Amino acid sequence: MKHIISVLLENRYGAFNRVATMFSGKGFNIQSISIGETEIPEVSRMTLVTSGDDKIIEQVVKQLNRLIDTIKVIDLTQTPTVIRELALITVFYQKGTRSEILNVGDIFRGNVVDINNKTITLEVTGPPDKIDAAINVLAPYGIKELARSGAVALKRGEQNKDFKKQTNYSQL
Amino acid sequence: MKENNGVMKGAEIFFECLRMEKVEYIFGYPGGAVLKLYEKLYDVDFLEHILVRHEQGATHMAEGYAKATGKPGVVLVTSGPGATNTVTGIADAYMDSVPLVIFTGQVASHLIGNDAFQEADIVGITRPITKHNFLVRDVKELASTIKKAFYIASTGRPGPVLVDLPKDVINSECEFQYPENVELKGYRPFFYGHQYQIKKAAEMLKNSKRPLLYVGGGVIISNGSNELRVLAGEHNLPVTMTLQGLGAFDGMNDQSLGMLGMHGTYWANQAVNNCDLLIALGARFDDRVAGDVLNFAPKAFKIHVDIDPTAIDKNVVVDLPIVGDVKHVMAELAAELTEPLSFPEWWNEINAWRDESPLEYEDGDGLLRTEFIIDKISQKTKGQAVVISDVGQHQMWTAQYYKFTHPRSFLTSGGLGTMGFSVPAAIGASFAVKDRPIVSISGDGGFQMNIQELITAVAYKRPVKFIIINNSFLGMVRQWQELFHLEKYSFTDLSASNPDFIKVAEAFGLKAFSTDSPKEVDEILDKAFEINDGPVLIEFKVVREDMVLPMVPPGEPYEKMIVKRLNQKSTK
Ligand SMILES: Cc1ncc(C[n+]2csc(CCOP(=O)(O)OP(=O)(O)O)c2C)c(N)n1
Repeated sequence: MKHIISVLLENRYGAFNRVATMFSGKGFNIQSISIGETEIPEVSRMTLVTSGDDKIIEQVVKQLNRLIDTIKVIDLTQTPTVIRELALITVFYQKGTRSEILNVGDIFRGNVVDINNKTITLEVTGPPDKIDAAINVLAPYGIKELARSGAVALKRGEQNKDFKKQTNYSQL
Repeated sequence: MKENNGVMKGAEIFFECLRMEKVEYIFGYPGGAVLKLYEKLYDVDFLEHILVRHEQGATHMAEGYAKATGKPGVVLVTSGPGATNTVTGIADAYMDSVPLVIFTGQVASHLIGNDAFQEADIVGITRPITKHNFLVRDVKELASTIKKAFYIASTGRPGPVLVDLPKDVINSECEFQYPENVELKGYRPFFYGHQYQIKKAAEMLKNSKRPLLYVGGGVIISNGSNELRVLAGEHNLPVTMTLQGLGAFDGMNDQSLGMLGMHGTYWANQAVNNCDLLIALGARFDDRVAGDVLNFAPKAFKIHVDIDPTAIDKNVVVDLPIVGDVKHVMAELAAELTEPLSFPEWWNEINAWRDESPLEYEDGDGLLRTEFIIDKISQKTKGQAVVISDVGQHQMWTAQYYKFTHPRSFLTSGGLGTMGFSVPAAIGASFAVKDRPIVSISGDGGFQMNIQELITAVAYKRPVKFIIINNSFLGMVRQWQELFHLEKYSFTDLSASNPDFIKVAEAFGLKAFSTDSPKEVDEILDKAFEINDGPVLIEFKVVREDMVLPMVPPGEPYEKMIVKRLNQKSTK
């Protein structure tokens, strides 16, 4: 089963690497990984999508916790969560298919971010399965290139609490 | 308030930090990237630097020191090859939870990443084999990083921490303040176990008919031997120990069943197989212990006490986990048990297994066997020596036949199984232990893996008894070839290609003895144990094809234990 794990990480030299090394060393799989700044300058948030049975996920969470640079680890799978991913999808078009592709883009509430005489690039945002669906529908037209950001996620309602207690890490 | 000590050079700050950490010994080897540190070291008088002959030797010496004392062992080496030579020792320390702080020189910050002379990404290389590691990028971070390194290495589940020191950091200067506290948001070692779970464990124990304590190295690391003695002693509990756990409980006490696992005693393994309650104390259900993890202690309710949450449910799924310092948990568990328990029927069963298949070896045929030698050393030293074994058959026989009476007495490479551990680790231990004999036991194979450190022992007049068990085979591998690889003795016979160990000893300046006769063992040991102004070497030429038994074949359940040898091959 897929799990989305959110990690607050010290924003330090080698911290990201240590997580990556741990995953490969322990043979855990990573479907996506994304990392960026948070409201606290010295802390970054990493969102990991991984999969495995309960025993493996338990180990993933424990092993992440064990790293000195991780401040907080939480498996978001069982909690109400906002999940977003961004994809840039460049699709080939021909005479008749241009408006069809734009239509698909509209349905997925995507934006056209680039167009030339052969290809259209759409920007689609949403939960990973929405991106999967968009890719699925666009595939028959011929996808030239695809870039996905990997999921980022936050527990619902979390922003409020964080606002009050800015540096209280235990609130994650 | 922090004390302000004024502006200092990085190199000075480095040694001031070691002074604050009360470091007694550094095991090291100089080179370009650390010359500034060695320049300063020349005038340092509050610690002693031990010059090794190979950086792997330095890490194992630091391990020997750390295992014998519980204090972090400190290593200092240069960049590039100096740093990469430490890798095996670091991995060994990581597997056996040994506190080390390793300082490696590094090329100057602006050269990092340029393939500069003697550059190696040692932080990257050691990331998976350290508890944590640091690259110090600014001299202002030097003191706080060193403080963190010692703290991380020695608290919680201990382990090696590496600190990489670029040349320019050591050369620059800043104000020196040694921080009083460590600030690490993401590191809070567990200490006390969960009260409710400890109560539950006590209930299970009261209701058990066949309990068993399965004791690992964690009990020694946490200095919990007294608590174990009280818990087991007052409640009549049988105790079996892992390789790393030996010495945690007095091996001469009848309640000790000796070692369990692949080469455990028959009765310890039978007790595991038949107990109804297994309490794992600072042990990790390693595959060399558990064999077939799905059928380990199949009848038992399993309680697991460990300070490291990742150890729990990793190999064997347990019924009741208790995360905490095992010393405290044992004390609290004992406090819950107000009435003494006793298990006379269970002990009858265990003692019947003890009689059914005791540890035995052939004696009286005039041939020299390792079991006999270890037996003799155990008797002669009354179980009081610090014994440092290497890896192989002699290691398992040491575990079986030496009756350890104290914790921190059996120093051996368990998790990584590193041949070449014994010679340097014994030297390291000898700096820590002054009042007990230090006995290093190696096979003829492993002895050659860090043979260069003999001269370190001579140079520092270490009173180590270096014993070589010479069967002219890579014995343990030979045993597996005989049992599991069609008797194809592929590249394990050293009889035509071993050095003359006595001449080696003489060249290094050690007194040396050699024999192949059981009759001479006593006398040689007596002579050797009288030499205490430096090292001595004893070569015991033993039967070539002896086999360590009992043996649970790898990955198999305990029922498949091989107890007796059918072909009596152990001839000369
Ligand atoms: C560095 C290293 N290389 C290889 C091995 C594999 N190995 C395990 S035991 C063993 C044989 C050891 O032979 P020896 O040192 O003569 O000891 P004996 O088993 O004969 O007592 C070998 C090669 C190892 N454990 N460590």
